[in-house]
Amino acid sequence: MNARQQAHAWLLLLPAVVLLLAFTHWPALATLIDSFLSTPKPNRPSVFVGLENYAVMADDPIFWQAVRNNLWFAAVTIPFSVGTALAMALWINGKIAGRGFLRLAYFTPTVLPMIAVANIWLFFYTPDYGLLDQIGGAFGLPAHNWLGSTSTALACVMVVTIWKEAGFFMIFYLAALQGINPSLREAAAIEGASRWFFFRRVLWPLLMPTTIFVLVNAVINAFRMVDHLFVMTRGGPDNATTLLLYHLYEVGFKFWDQGYAAAITMVLLFSLATVALVQFFVLDRRAHY
Amino acid sequence: MKHKLAVATATLAMLFGAGTVPAQTTDVSFYFPVAVGGPITKIIDQFATEFNKENPAIKVSPIYAGSYQDTIVKALTANKAGTPPVASVLLSTDTFTLIDEDAIVPIDTFVKTPEDRAWLGGFYKAFLLNGQIGGKTWGVPFQRSTVVLYWNKELFKEAGLDPNKPPQTWAEMTAMAQKLTRKDASGKVTQYGVQIPSSGFPYWLFQGLTTENDVILANEAGTQTRYDDPRVIEALQYWVDLSKKHGVHPPGIVEWGTTPKDFMEKKVAMIWTTTGNLTNIRNNAKFDFGVAMLPANKKRGSPTGGGNFFIFKKATPAQQEAAFKFAKWLTQPARAAQWGIDTGYVAVSPAAWETPALKKYAADFPQAAVARDQLQYAVAELSTHDNQRVTKALNDGLQAALTGNKTAEAAMKDAQKEAERLLRGYK
Repeated sequence: MNARQQAHAWLLLLPAVVLLLAFTHWPALATLIDSFLSTPKPNRPSVFVGLENYAVMADDPIFWQAVRNNLWFAAVTIPFSVGTALAMALWINGKIAGRGFLRLAYFTPTVLPMIAVANIWLFFYTPDYGLLDQIGGAFGLPAHNWLGSTSTALACVMVVTIWKEAGFFMIFYLAALQGINPSLREAAAIEGASRWFFFRRVLWPLLMPTTIFVLVNAVINAFRMVDHLFVMTRGGPDNATTLLLYHLYEVGFKFWDQGYAAAITMVLLFSLATVALVQFFVLDRRAHY
Repeated sequence: MKHKLAVATATLAMLFGAGTVPAQTTDVSFYFPVAVGGPITKIIDQFATEFNKENPAIKVSPIYAGSYQDTIVKALTANKAGTPPVASVLLSTDTFTLIDEDAIVPIDTFVKTPEDRAWLGGFYKAFLLNGQIGGKTWGVPFQRSTVVLYWNKELFKEAGLDPNKPPQTWAEMTAMAQKLTRKDASGKVTQYGVQIPSSGFPYWLFQGLTTENDVILANEAGTQTRYDDPRVIEALQYWVDLSKKHGVHPPGIVEWGTTPKDFMEKKVAMIWTTTGNLTNIRNNAKFDFGVAMLPANKKRGSPTGGGNFFIFKKATPAQQEAAFKFAKWLTQPARAAQWGIDTGYVAVSPAAWETPALKKYAADFPQAAVARDQLQYAVAELSTHDNQRVTKALNDGLQAALTGNKTAEAAMKDAQKEAERLLRGYK
């Protein structure tokens, strides 16, 4: 009987397990193996090269620039998009006129495909007659080639990401805020707590599980969202906006260097797994469920 | 039971009899990219339908595969999985990659009759260059373009220049651009003289400058680049100086995609871009404009660009023959002419330009014939083994110099060093 129940349980799990194994675990393992092999060519089958692909990576200045760019990208976009999301959620959670419209407006960037978004922003950033320069021009500021100079291109790409992400994260915060018992606010009001105190000691701890969830997503997205680069900068000028995944795409599908691409994939995979584990095990302890 | 089996076997034998069944059709899957505006998909579908009607034994199925880059990713991935398309239009510069991946067969394999030879000899030589490697022809020119200069005749008039005389030399272009650059009271530039886009694939436009400075960027075998040749550095210095020294060209990296719009908004008086933008600018510019050959320095010159038609190795011989027939059909003069008129691509053979349709078009709209006239000076687009990586080394160097992060000389020396490292395995 027990064995039969066991068998049932496994059968029920089977579809999910098969999908997970076939499309997640096996490819990850195959990539790990590929990262120790040379790239196969028709006249040169792949051979075991040990850590050579990783050595190539350590020597590749564009890889290191991509790492630097990506760390900056993460360090700026994560706090800003999460912070903006929280502020927007707090604002439109209140009873203000035009609330439905505001919610829709904030969520619109999330619904738009990233490629469409990138095309819109491309024209915002266009020198001279782009939206940004027209506004600046009205105040007498000189025209600036936003995406065309190495000093501003990465920042411009970050702004698009924050704009796109904040609306998505706002939805989670809004849902969490609506789930908070209104009697807590009343109690705090009776005790004479200030709004800031109420936020800091009541709302923020209660929102912690949502924050962790949002943070995990934000970190993953900081390494995963590169669609707009294809339209806006193609990693340029001179690699100023090359992020890790974009570099990986170029190595894998433009240069057809499978071995090296596998090595970059492993680095990306391990760093993301580490971050996710740290978040789940360290931050989770400080969360109030 | 035994009887049934016998009947089944007999039926099967009839169905798959050794080529005796006339109703059998050859399927030809055909990947194509869309890289310019216009109803390309509709035109290609129409071509396939017409061809299938004329050739009932063949069924060509066109498959839209995205950009050039998407298309080669799909074709090569499918090739590695063992099921590539029978034919595909891909960038002519990817020929080395396709040969190195052992993915394609030379077109010469199918050229048997004198008529076939006449057909292959009928293309413009400049368009065949990129497809000819190791004494073989690997690609059939199909959607091809070249770089030309567009100028705004109204702005020329306002600046006191002859609106019918575009610059003929680099020095003239600089001098005219100086007259065409305008500043407002506060010293802010409101209109630039000239712009050469530098985002994405600056090497292509830069090749215009290097060819005019009488230097070819790579050898024909695709194993050696000349990025650090003094003439290359001089060409880059000219480009950098247009902005840095003369202030007649926008600073930093100029976006390829918005360049036609900059021209139509009168933010710039002269632009360098592909002939593929001709139809777009003709339809949207609210002023009289001209199209000219690129100005010369030591000589005239421009690279060719665009896509060739390739036939894949893993297809069956019957499929390959059918694809070859389709390629010949597509490039017949009348069809090539129509394709050129509908898309803005340069019709690929002199015979196409002799057709009544294209003759009339060129007479009504002489700007369209400039690209053809420039072909005699055109060179192959930069292409080497490990092409995209070797080209990226040059792109990065060009952008570093144009944004002022490196001097022209340092940027080209670094690019050459990187290219030599990448190509050492192919020598």
